[in-house]
Amino acid sequence: MIWEKNPVLLLVLATGAILVGTIITMVLPFAWVNTEADSIASVKPYTPLELAGRDVYIREGCNNCHTQTVRPLVADVLRYGDYSKSGEFVYDRPHLWGSRRSGPDLARVGGKYPDEWHYQHMQDPAGFVPGSNMPAYAFLSNNSIDPEYTRKKMEVLNFPYTDVQITGLTGKTEMDAIIAYMQKLGSDIPWREAVAAEIVGELVNPYAGVDHATMEAWEHLYEENCAACHGEHFEGDIGPELDGASLEENDLFEIIYNGVPESGMPPYSSLGADKVWKIVNFVKYYNIGEDHQ
Amino acid sequence: MDKTEYNYAIVRSFVNWSILWGVVAVLVGVLIAFQLVMPELNFAPFLTYGRLRPLHTNAGIFGWAIGSFFALFYYMVQRLCRRPLWSDGLAKFQLWFFNATIIAAAVTLLLGYSTSKEYHELEWPIDIMVVILWVIFSINITMTIVKRREEPMYISLWYMLATLVGVAVLYLVNAAEVPVSLFKSYSAFAGTNDANVQWWFGHNAVAMVLTTPPLAVFYYFLPKSTGVPIYSHRLSIIAFWSLIFMYLWTGAHHLLWTPVPDWIQTLAMAFSVMLIAPSWGSVFNGYLSMKGQWHQMRDNYLVKFLILGITFYGLQTLQGPSQAVRSFSAFIHYTEWIPGHVHMGAMGWVSLVLFAAIYYLVPKIHGRQLYSIGLANLHFWLALIGQLINSVSMWIAGLLQASMWHSLNPDGSLTYTFMETQVEIYPYWWIRAISGVIYLAGMLVFIYNLYMTVQKGETVPAAAAQTA
Repeated sequence: MIWEKNPVLLLVLATGAILVGTIITMVLPFAWVNTEADSIASVKPYTPLELAGRDVYIREGCNNCHTQTVRPLVADVLRYGDYSKSGEFVYDRPHLWGSRRSGPDLARVGGKYPDEWHYQHMQDPAGFVPGSNMPAYAFLSNNSIDPEYTRKKMEVLNFPYTDVQITGLTGKTEMDAIIAYMQKLGSDIPWREAVAAEIVGELVNPYAGVDHATMEAWEHLYEENCAACHGEHFEGDIGPELDGASLEENDLFEIIYNGVPESGMPPYSSLGADKVWKIVNFVKYYNIGEDHQ
Repeated sequence: MDKTEYNYAIVRSFVNWSILWGVVAVLVGVLIAFQLVMPELNFAPFLTYGRLRPLHTNAGIFGWAIGSFFALFYYMVQRLCRRPLWSDGLAKFQLWFFNATIIAAAVTLLLGYSTSKEYHELEWPIDIMVVILWVIFSINITMTIVKRREEPMYISLWYMLATLVGVAVLYLVNAAEVPVSLFKSYSAFAGTNDANVQWWFGHNAVAMVLTTPPLAVFYYFLPKSTGVPIYSHRLSIIAFWSLIFMYLWTGAHHLLWTPVPDWIQTLAMAFSVMLIAPSWGSVFNGYLSMKGQWHQMRDNYLVKFLILGITFYGLQTLQGPSQAVRSFSAFIHYTEWIPGHVHMGAMGWVSLVLFAAIYYLVPKIHGRQLYSIGLANLHFWLALIGQLINSVSMWIAGLLQASMWHSLNPDGSLTYTFMETQVEIYPYWWIRAISGVIYLAGMLVFIYNLYMTVQKGETVPAAAAQTA
């Protein structure tokens, strides 16, 4: 055939073949995406501190293990929160959706934990969360943010900022920045209120009168979900000390199940009522009648 | 008799360097595989998983794969055009500029200069180096073809030309970024648009770097190794044009269930399934070329590498489309299944074909016999076993992970917390790390064999070497 003898013709034809799919699936979508139709008014650009944090996230390659898109699938929404909307990402240059969850998705991590949780976690994740394989990022606390460089970044991205925000960066570390960024993630839309679980009917402790040996098997639930903030022996740290005697079963259930957003206590409804009840019983009764160090 | 003086020196140099970068890719791969189970192996700030993983993929794709393609394209283009390279000087410059680029890439990635875009992490100054590299390579290959002494262009040349233009278009568009400083830039595209452009690039890098070049290599080296021609020329034509037409529609299968508009996802899914046809066109062409020659699987080690290579291509192009279907993607995406898939392509298909081509070519351009066929066979088995353990362990891990992630209690709550699913994967990550060690051992056998070939292989008369 003629193109088999004419390299220039082959190049032209190959370019044409490549461009058809390219134009339809890559160029054309610009007419659909980041338009009026998918914009969300409450979504705001990053502040200077958040942007500096986002750049630390990019530099450290966090996206190699953490995704930032919650899919409209039952398990995804239960585990991470409301599914992601296109309008939430209009200020993301580049996007950081990722491709693999060797760690959990972070699209909705903003507001899930108090800042102090993140500081302790980033310092030594494997020591903080039993079984975690995340590397330690303690060194971020030693690196300071450059206010003027950050101003330049804000200018390039055309994000609004105030001089106070820029001067406020003096003395801030990369650790402060990345945590500010974590807290911003996914929190521009009021999804937490929308998905908060509602407890209906009367609460009845299904494990009333459970014996000590049974509760021992539930210790891992406390260790994995609660110990980081409330201490291994209920002594408290980021969260308050847990005094089983002074807390009512049903109140405890509600606090754990729904969380206390104002105080930084995350909701644990995704564990399911059964596991939450086990934790309630463990917290309330485990150290009664025993010397618990 | 053909008296053309081919430039084999440049082929030799590119082969040597690409193998070096290949070893770096595998070594870093082994290290990060162990980091996943032993987090204390992360040495912050430079040697953490997050910085090393892009080094692993870049060394593999740009150092080992593209480096080898430079070597093999320069070899094939001279032979198929029956003339020396258009410019030896340009090729020599390209060799040193290539190594400078790879070194710059490695250093900057470890320093944390990254765009975060997968397989396109390199920051803008190195992007420019890559573009220069590709332009001079393209000019040299194209001009050699334009001034060829053999009128019809063989199949491999079509794939080579398509590769040149494909990579250029993909890389330039996805590299669009606004610099802030020497090693920091922001993408020209935002959010969902950025994701869609990125995966149009990401998936077609698989097309234009990890499919069309190894096919060019396969179509040349299979007949060379077996001594019989490709089964069907017409099938080659259909497979070629349909492959390069359909591939570009499929990028968004990496973005199923994300905010990317549904119609783009659906097109990507449909074209991914359609891609089975052109992919298997080449697989069948390879298999049918073996008609009456299957005994060579026993007595020709090159054929073993090539046929297993094309078999993994066939499996890859069935598994890939299945993953591109929405329902299966919902289950398997973001799990360890995906690295299992990728490594079947990288360690199975691409690398096995490259090994075969290099085993064929190194003795030839040094005018010697291969030092040891026994060691080549040992390498074959180490590579095959390493790759299979890698992929199979990750497929099992991915299925396990997916089942646990999606598992619900009767009351509708999640059965497992993230950490409960994570600790179940550790044994498989251990197995995968060990598979990397096996593959690395194979690479070392490969290098030893080539070294001994050059040093001690039996010499072949120069005339025979030139025309064989």
